[in-house]
Formats: sequence, C-alpha cells, structure tokens
Amino acid sequence: MVRRVRCTILILIMLLRIKVHDMTTNTPRTAPRKADTFDDYTLSEIRRAAATGIYDIRGAGAKRKVPNFDDLLFLGASMSRYPLEGYREKCETSVTLGTRYAKKPIELKIPITIAGMSFGALSGPAKEALGRGATLAGTSTTTGDGGMTPEERGHSEQLVYQYLPSRYGMNPDDLRKADAIEVVVGQGAKPGGGGMLLGQKITDRVAEMRTLPKGIDQRSACRHPDWTGPDDLAIKILELREITNWQVPIFIKVGGARPYYDTALAVKAGADCVVLDGMQGGTAATQEVFIEHVGQPTLACIRPAVQALQDMGMHREVQLVLSGGIRNGADVAKALALGADAVSIGTAALVAIGDNDPQWEAEYNELGSTAGAYDDWHEGNDPAGISTQNPDLMARVDPVAAGRRLANYLKVMTLEAQTIARACGKNHVHNLEPEDLCALTIEAAAMAKVPLAGTDWVPGIGSGGI
Amino acid sequence: MQTVDLSTTELRELNAGLYAQMEAVTETDWEVLNPRGHHAVAVGINAPLNVDVHGSVGYYCAGMHQVGTVTVHGSAGPGVAENMMSGKVVIKGDASQYAGATGRGGLLVVEGNASSRCGISMKGINIVVRGNVGHMSAFMAQSGNLVVLGDAGDALGDSIYEAGLFVRGAVKSLGADCIAKEMRDEHVTLLQGLLDEAGIRDVSPTEFTRYGSARTLYHFNIDNAAAY
Repeated sequence: MVRRVRCTILILIMLLRIKVHDMTTNTPRTAPRKADTFDDYTLSEIRRAAATGIYDIRGAGAKRKVPNFDDLLFLGASMSRYPLEGYREKCETSVTLGTRYAKKPIELKIPITIAGMSFGALSGPAKEALGRGATLAGTSTTTGDGGMTPEERGHSEQLVYQYLPSRYGMNPDDLRKADAIEVVVGQGAKPGGGGMLLGQKITDRVAEMRTLPKGIDQRSACRHPDWTGPDDLAIKILELREITNWQVPIFIKVGGARPYYDTALAVKAGADCVVLDGMQGGTAATQEVFIEHVGQPTLACIRPAVQALQDMGMHREVQLVLSGGIRNGADVAKALALGADAVSIGTAALVAIGDNDPQWEAEYNELGSTAGAYDDWHEGNDPAGISTQNPDLMARVDPVAAGRRLANYLKVMTLEAQTIARACGKNHVHNLEPEDLCALTIEAAAMAKVPLAGTDWVPGIGSGGI
Repeated sequence: MQTVDLSTTELRELNAGLYAQMEAVTETDWEVLNPRGHHAVAVGINAPLNVDVHGSVGYYCAGMHQVGTVTVHGSAGPGVAENMMSGKVVIKGDASQYAGATGRGGLLVVEGNASSRCGISMKGINIVVRGNVGHMSAFMAQSGNLVVLGDAGDALGDSIYEAGLFVRGAVKSLGADCIAKEMRDEHVTLLQGLLDEAGIRDVSPTEFTRYGSARTLYHFNIDNAAAY
C-alpha cells in the first residue's frame, strides 16, 4: 500500500515538472540586458586591467559626452539686429596676442592657433605640416615637450615656444628664436599630470633632444623644477623677459581646473596671454582615468575665466585663448562670443593633416581599432605616420600636402565664424557677444551663462557662484 | 672694468648691457654692486665675460648662462644657474633650492651649502658643492655630475636617470632607484677633474662614494608600483 502511494506521488511530481517545463518554454522571455553601469567598454577595461596589471594609457582627449558648444545656438539677426552682407561687407578676423608687456606682440590673421604638440610625440613631417599649414593660414603654431626643431622653426612664420616642467630640449638660443613663450602649467587632458613618452618612440633623435637613454619609458615632470606658486612664477617670468629683452609675449597655459582663480593668478604672475585648455583637449599619452575624470569641460571653463579678467579690468588687455575640442567655425564663434580672443586646435589639426583617416582602416583594424577611434598614439605605430617615429610610417605624411589641407581647414573654420558673425551683425568676430547666444540645455545655459532657448532664464545667475 | 650699481641702475640696464656684448665684446670684466637680493641678475649671458656680483642675489641669478663666468660674492636665491648651458658660475656663499636645476652643461660651484633639490632634472651640468645639499637633490637627474663634499639630505637621486652622484659625507637616504655604485678608475679620474676645475685641492676623489641609477624604473612595471 505504502509503495503504491509513493509511486503515485512520484508520477505526479514528474507530471508537474513537465508542466513547469512547458510553461517555461512557451512563455515569452525578456531580452538579455547589460547593465548601464557595466557597459561593454567598462567590462573590456576590467578584463584588460586584470590581464595586464597596468592602467590604460592612450592619447587624445575626453571621449565621454559632456556639455559642449553644440549645446549653444546663435540667435542671428532680427528686428533689433542688422546682419552684414556676406562676401560684400567686411568682417575682420585678425587678433593680436600679447599686448600687455611685449614689444612685439603676435599678430594673427585668424583667431585660430595651433596648440602645442611635441616633436617626439609627433613625427618630424607632422610637425612640419603643422608649421606650413599655420603659416599659410596666417597663424601661429606651438612647440611641445621636447624642444624646438629646425624644421619646425623654419616652416613656422610665428612659433610659440613652450616652456615646460620637463625642460626637455630647453635652451636660451631657441627661447630667443621664439615669437612668444608659453609657460605650461597644465593642460586640459590632464591638469596636474605630467607627460609620458614610452620607449617605442624614444629614437636616437628624440633621446638626444631630451638627454635621455634611448628606448626607455620617459616621464615628463608634472610641475616645474624651479618655481612653486604664482609668486615664484612672476619672478620666473621676469627672468624669461630679461633673457628675451622684453620682446616677445609670455603666455601661461592652464588646464581647465579652477578657471576663475587660475586665470586671475596667471594675470597676477604677469602673463600677456592666458591659454585655457578644457578636458576635451588632447594629449599624446596619459592615463585614461586621468583624461576622463580630471578637469572641466571647455564650455564650463570659459565664463569663469572671462569673469576673472573682467573683475581685474584685464579683459582684452590680457588675451584669452581657449582650447579643448574646437572643431569648426561655429565652435570658434561661440568661444569668441563668450569672451575668448582666440581659440587653439590640436586634435582637429591632426585630423586635417591625416590622423585617423579611413584610408588606413585595414591597418587600424590590425591594431585592434578603427579609423576615428585610434588613440594608442603612445605606441608609435600610427598608420597615418603622425604620432610615430617609425621612418616607414612617417614617410606617409607629405608635409606640403598636409600643410595645405590644414590651411584649407583653418580657412574654412574662419569663413564659418565670419558667416555667423555677419549673421549677428558684427564687423569683427570679436564683436560677437553672449547676447548673441542661447542654450539648448539647462546645463549649457548655466555654464555659458546664456538663456535657455525660448526663455529668459539663465540658471545660476544671482547665486553668486563662479 | 664696467661697474653697475644696482642701487642706482635698473636691472634691465644691466642685463641689456651684458647682452650688447654678444654682438661684439667691448668690455670683458663686469662688476655688479649692491644686488641686494635682486632677481634675474646676469641671466642668459652668451659672451666671454667675467661678471663679479658683490653681495647676495635673489632668484635665478645666472639663469640659462651660456658663456663666460659669473661669480657671486655672497649667497644666491632659488634657481641659481638654472638651465645653465656652459661656462662657469661660482657662488662664494650658500645657494637656495633648485641650484643648477635642469642645467645642460658648464660648471656650477657652490662654496657653501646648497639647499633642497640641488641639481633637479640636471641634463649635463656639473655641480660641485663644498658643503651639504638638502633633500631631493638630483631628483630625476638625467645627465651630468653632482659632487658633494659634505652630506646629502633625504631621497638623494630619486628617480635618477644617468647622472653621476659623488658624496663625500653621509647620505641621509637614497631616493627611488638610486643606489651606491662601485667607484672605478674612470670615476676617480672624472671626479679629480671636476675637483680641479672647481679649484678644490684639499680632498681626494677616493674619499667619495658614487651613486647612480639602478635602472629598474626605466620601463613601467606593475610590480614596481610601490616606487611610483
């Protein structure tokens, strides 16, 4: 009797299991869902870190989405503003940098300069192309960590000499050959961080310029070796001015950390010009975590910096150059409207001369990347021949043709900025003003201190916030 | 002899006068009186001049010095002879921090003591200090030699590359990747030459210990994370 009951129960359980199974197979299932927090990139980075035991190093600037100039719009002319006629009525674009103390300020035809990028990080032909392009367009280019090369000086009508913490290649002869000196305190990609140049790129010539053994991983210092703080910097600037006979402007470049105070202290230290670089600004190489998590977006930096200049009565007396993710004439116009005197481009200039070009797609694929995403600039394998010291690769850069492309691009940006300025009724791009703008998002409105589109609301105004 | 009294003459006039000698040397010997802590005295000289500064100077005296000799008959503030290229700079008194920073050549002699970070990021300069040097001296030193007849402070030669360090006295501590090394004949010869050039004849090279890079930090390695 007991055995018969047990047997019946077992049969019932088996039937129930079959039923459950049927229900499972016939019920619609939810799609596999990956966590937003642990997206594919994050998971791949965890696996990469676990496999290698070292942080990810890469070039370029922040890739995350941040409020930017695309979040602003120009209002254009209307009943209360008269536009200027395109191609007929003049809209000036010239800019002078370094009017405060220098006997020979830099005179530029366009308000767009080429940012500091080092020989070493970039190939010789790439540096030459930057010089050629800038000169054709009537603007300046800038040296970088590693010193001034004869090619760069020879092909750059106006060359800004960076004075960096590492002082690689620094010498008074080159200092005196420069048209301006840029004391680099920081950069947007890594405010508070030094540079890196890994061994693959330390060739004989790079090693000699930097006084380092060939092939080692080179660390550039994150702070200057012989001054600390703005009071010391003022004395350092005195020395630089004495050695250059007070002829050329002294710029101070800062990363987008504390733009109000950094700008104010740069002015106090005696700068002729402040170069302010937001977090979208590129670097040759640093830690991914640094690029994406330290510093402020370019859009968030400009108004506090302009405010500092205005509070000190120095707006337009000490010029402000904004950099970090500038891509087109609209970005230029927006930066100028918010108070900058000029902008500076790095990443965009490299793209113009051939960086990340789809023609090298197969080779980018072999390197585990794709055109438009390649950022392992520190490895020295750049198929485009730009961020490399490999002779075969760098031979792919024709400095004359690449320089021509850069000049074209700079001219297009300038024409675009002029188009917008004329539409706003301005006969000089410097006459653009915040009143010409509105914002598409609350965040951008708060950062740029312009009204949210369709409203007269400027978030944060009146709060006393900087 | 050209005499410039900084109590009555602007610094600009002094340096401009020295630079004028780059075109054609008309006056070899220069005497600077009453520097009284002025900054940037006799910076960037690129002519075969002898400049004697009588008194103490502020920051960056003889900065980026290229040719000739600058002698300070007093003490020097921070960054004396910074980024010096060649020639000779002599400080009869003490030198403040960053003496000879990033120097690429020439000889800096400090007859007194030098403060912290003496020879920081040096790139070929030779520095001879008769007294002691402070902490973090020869930090990230790339090339050249630092000779210390006295003692060295904490973290000597931290993250050093290929510079040579010679210390006669005690070293409070060595920085990351800096180790004591064998003093071979070529080092004795090198050191004797530096002492001769600095005019020091009362000590022997054999009294010094040589320090330099262990070269373990030349390539990134996670197992060295504690040193980073």
